[in-house]
Amino acid sequence: MKRIISILIENKPGALARVVGLFHQRGYNIESLNVGPVFDGTYSRMSVTTRGSENDVEQITKQINKIIDVIKVADLTEGEHHEYEFILIKFNKLKLAEKIQKILKPLGGRMLEKNTKVIVMSAVGSSSDIEIAIKAIGRGNLVELVRSGSLGLHEGEKVLTI
Amino acid sequence: MKLSGGDLLMRALKDEGVKFLFGYPGGAALHIYDAIFRQKALQHILVRHEQGATHAADGYSRATGKPGVALVTSGPGATNAITGLATAYMDSIPLIVISGQVQSHLIGTDSFQETDMIGISRPIVKHSFIVQNAEDIPRIIQEAFYIATSGRPGPVVIDIPKDKTDPSKLFQYKRSKQVTLRSYQPRVLPHPGQIKKAAKNLLSAERPVIYAGGGVILGDAHKELIALNKILKAPVAHTLMGLGAYPSNDKYFTGMLGMHGTYQANMAMHNADVILAIGARFDDRITNTPSLFAPKARIIHIDVDPASISKIINANIPIVGQVKESLIALIKEIKRSKLKIDSDALESWNGQISTWRTKHGLNHDLYLQKTKSKMILPQVVVQELYHATKGNAYVTSDVGQHQMFVAQYYHFNKPRRWINSGGLGTMGFGLPAAMGVKLAYPKHEVVCVTGEGSIQMCIQELSTCMQYNLPIKIININNEALGMVRQWQDMNYGGRYSASTYADSLPDFVKLAESYGHVGMKVTKQSELRKTLNKAFAMKDRLVFVDVYVDPNEHVYPMLVAPNGSMQDMWITKNIKA
Ligand SMILES: Cc1ncc(C[n+]2csc(CCOP(=O)(O)OP(=O)(O)O)c2C)c(N)n1
Ligand SMILES: [Mg+2]
Repeated sequence: MKRIISILIENKPGALARVVGLFHQRGYNIESLNVGPVFDGTYSRMSVTTRGSENDVEQITKQINKIIDVIKVADLTEGEHHEYEFILIKFNKLKLAEKIQKILKPLGGRMLEKNTKVIVMSAVGSSSDIEIAIKAIGRGNLVELVRSGSLGLHEGEKVLTI
Repeated sequence: MKLSGGDLLMRALKDEGVKFLFGYPGGAALHIYDAIFRQKALQHILVRHEQGATHAADGYSRATGKPGVALVTSGPGATNAITGLATAYMDSIPLIVISGQVQSHLIGTDSFQETDMIGISRPIVKHSFIVQNAEDIPRIIQEAFYIATSGRPGPVVIDIPKDKTDPSKLFQYKRSKQVTLRSYQPRVLPHPGQIKKAAKNLLSAERPVIYAGGGVILGDAHKELIALNKILKAPVAHTLMGLGAYPSNDKYFTGMLGMHGTYQANMAMHNADVILAIGARFDDRITNTPSLFAPKARIIHIDVDPASISKIINANIPIVGQVKESLIALIKEIKRSKLKIDSDALESWNGQISTWRTKHGLNHDLYLQKTKSKMILPQVVVQELYHATKGNAYVTSDVGQHQMFVAQYYHFNKPRRWINSGGLGTMGFGLPAAMGVKLAYPKHEVVCVTGEGSIQMCIQELSTCMQYNLPIKIININNEALGMVRQWQDMNYGGRYSASTYADSLPDFVKLAESYGHVGMKVTKQSELRKTLNKAFAMKDRLVFVDVYVDPNEHVYPMLVAPNGSMQDMWITKNIKA
């Protein structure tokens, strides 16, 4: 099952590598990874998606928690949560512009660049909506695709902060 | 007074109570070595290989409970320290390794003797630091010692670029009263509800077993373990790392469990109805096939590291907490409880264990028997050693059959006396570890029981022993082969000794010891064994290398049947499977 693990980690040199290295070391795969400093910038929030059984994820979160620079860890998939992903696409089959715009409309599709050679657009949505949209566009019709990886947040009043 | 980075380092180490620095100099560490020259609080021990420095510091730590410190230069110095770090990591030993690094502006340029020490060591350290500002050195040292020694202990690396110890740049020395890290809270107290459940299960158990590992020693909880079992009267089995925490001469002690554990210890585990695991991690050398492990047992697991709990074997009652505090809470709860132990059930259970012991237990009196074969049995060497040292020595070991024979036949009654690489199984550990122990306890007998294979992996440290006058006793159980490898080849590979023998090319260990300025003795007959050992131990101020030729055909038994066996499936001798 797909899991989103949120990690608050000290913004220190080498800290990110410790988390990424741990996945490899313990035999787990990272499907997507997003990281950036938040609030006062002394720490970052990571969102890691991985696949595994409940036991696997429990082991992973316990091991991540042991990393000295890690402040907090949560498996968002344990409860209700929001999950969003941001993408950028580039295509050069200009005659598809209308079709693609229509597909991306429910995902807040925005035209970022348009000229005689290429069109660049952005969109936001759950990973599964993004998958469906890309399929609908047709992978072969894109010349470039960038995905942020899943970002996650607990639903309701539950928060993950330091 | 303002100090340079090198002097800040010395001052900070001194304030941590460090007495010895085990190290080896080189370009990137030379400012630090100059700072060593300027001070008197710390003694630097010049090893002959950086692996020796890490194992010596590790041995010091295992014997004293205080962190040992090694100092190495960048590049090859740092990479030579890797085996020692991994060894300490696997056994949760607080070891501090300080590595010199090339100057900051050269990092990343493939400069001379540059290696990414932080990157290479990442999976085998508890934490690591790279010094970015010289004035941070005291804080980093304080944090490093705090991290290494608290929670589940482990090794910490501090990488110091050469410019951060520049003698011309001076800084104020600052030490804080207390270290606090917002991302690290190592002190965990056991959950009272879990303690209640554990107490209830233990008191109503009919066939309980205490399975105690190295965590009892690291957590300084041997007294609490003994106190607990004064009430519970349960059989106690130790892992290789736990030996000495519970006294071997106690009637409830079953001996070691696992791969080469005693018959009664493994049978007790397999048939238990409640297992209390304390500071142990259900390693594959213990459980054999996990799905066949202890089928009738409820498992109570106390560990300071939550990641160790339910990693291999699911715990019915997990208790996350310091071992000492958890045992204190458990004892209190048991005393308060209305339930009492089931004396009748325990009597018959302990009786069953005695029956198993009588049936297939180890023979601790082999040394008294007249042997048919002319060759000395390796087990007898350990038994004679035990009597020659009255069971009071600090014993370090290497890896192989000789190590298992010590674990089986030297009865450890005190913690921190048995010093060996359990988790990583590092050949070459024994001699340098013994140096660390001897420096810590110069008045105590320190013995390294080794094999002719292992000793050659760090033999160069005989020179260090000469320089610092470390009168260790080395007992080389010489079977002229990589015995443990050969045992596996006997059992699983039809006796095809692929690359496990070298009888024709072994050195003359007596001459070798002598060439380093030590005393060498050779024993080939059992009739000379006791005499020679006594003679060696009478030479209080000399390192004596006793080379004992033993029967090369001996195997270590019992041995768990693998793969696909449970803990009750054991080879008892070469032909008997129980
Ligand atoms: C550094 C290292 N390399 C290889 C091994 C694998 N190994 C385990 S035991 C052993 C044989 C050890 O031989 P010796 O020291 O003579 O001990 P014996 O088993 O003969 O008592 C070997 C090669 C190891 N544990 N460590
Ligand atoms: Mg050998």
